[in-house]
Amino acid sequence: MTEPIVNDLTIQAATVNGSGSQTANLVLTRAIFHMGIPVAPKNVFPSNIEGLPTWYQLRITPEGHMARSDKVDVLVAFNVATWREDLKTVRPGGVVIHEEAFSTAEARTDVTYYAVPFAKLAKAKIQSDTLRKQLANMIYVGVVAGVLGIPWEALDHAVRRQFLAKPKAVPVNLDAIKVGYDYWQDNFSKRDPYRLEPLTGVVEGKVLVEGNQAAALGALMGGVTVVAWYPITPSSSLCEYVIAYSDRFRVDPKSGEKLISVVQAEDELAAVGMAIGAGWAGARAMTSTSGPGISLMAEFSGLAYYAEVPVVIFDIQRIGPSTGLPTRTSQADIGFVYTLSHGDTKHLVLLPGSVEECYELARDAFDYADRFQTPVFVLSDLDLGMNLWMTPEFKYPDKTFDRGKLLSKEDLDRLAGEWGRYRDVDGDGVTFRTLPGTDHPAAGYFTRGSGHDENARYTEGAEAYARNMDRLSRKLETARHALPAPVADEAGLSIGLIAFGSTHAAVVEAREYLAAAGRAVDYLRVRALPLSDEVAAFVGRHEHVYVVEQNRDGQLYDLIRLALPAELVGRLRSIRHYNGQPIPASAITEPFMQLEALPV
Amino acid sequence: MSTTMNRVGLPRDAYKGAATTLCAGCGHNSITNHMIKALYELGVQPHLLAKMSGIGCSSKTPAYFVESAHGFNGVHGRMPALTTGAHLANRELIMLGVSGDGDTASIGLGQFMHMIRRNVDCTYIIEDNGTYGLTKGQFSATADVGSMQKKGAVNTFQPIDPCAVALALGCSFVARSFSGDGKQVVPLIKAAIAHRGTAILDIISPCVTFNDHDGSTKSYSWVKDHEESIADVSFIPFFEEVHVDYEPGTVRDVQLHDGSHIVLKKLGEDHDPTDRRAAIKVIEEGRAAGHLVTGLLYVDTTMSDFATTEQIPERPLKDLGEDELRLSPDQFAQFMSEFA
Repeated sequence: MTEPIVNDLTIQAATVNGSGSQTANLVLTRAIFHMGIPVAPKNVFPSNIEGLPTWYQLRITPEGHMARSDKVDVLVAFNVATWREDLKTVRPGGVVIHEEAFSTAEARTDVTYYAVPFAKLAKAKIQSDTLRKQLANMIYVGVVAGVLGIPWEALDHAVRRQFLAKPKAVPVNLDAIKVGYDYWQDNFSKRDPYRLEPLTGVVEGKVLVEGNQAAALGALMGGVTVVAWYPITPSSSLCEYVIAYSDRFRVDPKSGEKLISVVQAEDELAAVGMAIGAGWAGARAMTSTSGPGISLMAEFSGLAYYAEVPVVIFDIQRIGPSTGLPTRTSQADIGFVYTLSHGDTKHLVLLPGSVEECYELARDAFDYADRFQTPVFVLSDLDLGMNLWMTPEFKYPDKTFDRGKLLSKEDLDRLAGEWGRYRDVDGDGVTFRTLPGTDHPAAGYFTRGSGHDENARYTEGAEAYARNMDRLSRKLETARHALPAPVADEAGLSIGLIAFGSTHAAVVEAREYLAAAGRAVDYLRVRALPLSDEVAAFVGRHEHVYVVEQNRDGQLYDLIRLALPAELVGRLRSIRHYNGQPIPASAITEPFMQLEALPV
Repeated sequence: MSTTMNRVGLPRDAYKGAATTLCAGCGHNSITNHMIKALYELGVQPHLLAKMSGIGCSSKTPAYFVESAHGFNGVHGRMPALTTGAHLANRELIMLGVSGDGDTASIGLGQFMHMIRRNVDCTYIIEDNGTYGLTKGQFSATADVGSMQKKGAVNTFQPIDPCAVALALGCSFVARSFSGDGKQVVPLIKAAIAHRGTAILDIISPCVTFNDHDGSTKSYSWVKDHEESIADVSFIPFFEEVHVDYEPGTVRDVQLHDGSHIVLKKLGEDHDPTDRRAAIKVIEEGRAAGHLVTGLLYVDTTMSDFATTEQIPERPLKDLGEDELRLSPDQFAQFMSEFA
């Protein structure tokens, strides 16, 4: 046998959608995490309820790499439909745990097989007819635990954690795992190099959270009280988490009253419209959507921009024009969302690069929306939103809500009612507003998506229109300086990378790889649009800069080029990944090495 | 008489708005005047009124009454969504939506229906002229089969009757009237505002420029000749005593959620406004006979409105602060530990 490979491997479970495999995958993940070993799971699932193939990748690295790996070390082959193709993905020397009934004739000879009669074991050992299909997946967890050396205590913990709300399910699931665990002990001896060994000092203080969970918590901590949404993958779970968390934390135990309203609207037009209506009336309001839903929200987004109504809009990006691949990831909405709606519309866009930032930026989005009285988009994606990520625990907010420039009855008394909704009193483009219900005769004004002057009166006047549009530009400029600054990691090197969002994980890993190869690079992670001046400054400090993103057309690359002085434009290069799978580090390092080999 | 103060100490002038920019003689302007009268007489506090609208001639009218109130002229056909959101943010507001037949029966039909389905507490007035005025006279979806455009084009499609749709959906308040009939419109507006739930009031409102000619079934002359009122409508607000001076057996009294009463004096055959099947029948019979049936078609005062069903507090959600909205530090720490 070759040298042992410890805590550095990628497991890929190929199963059937709707068969209960996700629970087994999560138990395996939690068990390994409980051993103190970093985990990075990626769920690749179909747009389907039951029957189509699904894959779960569980990457394990001592360093805690979070990006998808493009190599499979241990394949768990549970799905006969994809068995032949799945087998091809395993790296030479890898392990294949497969259903015994799958034929290995003409199969590869450079991998180690462990053939397990999963179906027979399930039939013989799992008593409950109704649960057999579900629990059969747990048998694979037991076998993998045997192969890799996961202690029983970790499995026991993982099952209890997975079924926190359903303790009755613990024993049956443990029993099923035991079937696989025992089968391994009784029938196999170790013939491969992969091992898991408990670690200390790496994952302490860390938790496993999905970006949509983090964003839901952030929204609640940000004070959201009106949520209107329409179900769409991969955004739905965000609002479903808001509902679940609200049931725990936003219900008055005495009266049963809910301190939040969550409305499942009839479509995305209504969803964003309700959120805008609520934002106009003074509530902290949001909607969340993906793909086609963000297209449908375009018209209303323009209204909120032009009439200056605060609202938070989450876009959990999926890939593709039209319906595209509804259950695959991308970063291809950034260009569209930035100027969503017709006319000279431009928005504030927050770009969380981790689940921790999903929490923080979701929370702070409500402050930005109130302060700048405009839609704030939080651009997450399927990879960030729906996969579990290892993260430090989130911090409790140290700031109170910033409700922005609001005039109360007392303020209006003091001003003797002399105010104008769109008057730029402070010169920062941000004007004062009143809320409906303010008990002052001068409080009311007419909000409209048609042309208006400083006092919110209808006008088609050319000068008034241009003046207002210039002020809106000024407001965006004020906001630009207040939004989260890019995060730089620089060592005065000649080459830089720029990325945003979930691409961060792959960039971190790619930089380590490049540094080890003697090609260390600086890094700037963009966290908001409109772009900070820091971006141009970063480009200015480097001979050339690669913009890495998950879309076909290099949308951030284009936005940066537009923001650069002409002499810097030539320094920019583009690396793009757009097949719907989360970007692996190799999708950065390989084109980088190729491009660097070219004469500059 | 404009100096007479109402019960909240305001003169009628306090309910006026900017000068109208609609055509002289437009039915919508009459409705605006009815609105001013109804709001003044009810003693609605202007600061608690939220005037909502979509796009079109009708949707401009909220600027023409109660200038001191907040108003929101949104996007085409989406008034219900904005209204629903604003209502959830602040249940103290009196939501008054003004829409048109294009706004309601075409681009906004989905939102119209879903607002009714939820029974959002608001008044929804349709200023219904069967035509697209702002874009110069195209047919709308409420135009009757065979009705003619000014230049002679004939509508060949079935009309969508907003009242019939509302009834089919189980709307809790459905009424129809005619902009020229202030005696009926004013009490219906008052009753719609007093009603807790979605109150649909379809007001036929002739377009003097594009749809007030022979061959139009939304013209002044056609409506005057064909209007058939099912009952005389009187409205007695909660702050006034009810005294009925009609013959016994000739009136129906409906008490609304806030203690107001709608008193209906029967005309001809007796229509029971709490009987939904009867309401559908009376519309159908009117249609078959070529009549425009007006009045309070249906009311259900028992149906729970949306915010009540959803257990939203009476105090405005917009006023809640960190202390009520955030998890406490202990809750937060406990919650984070569950992710371990």
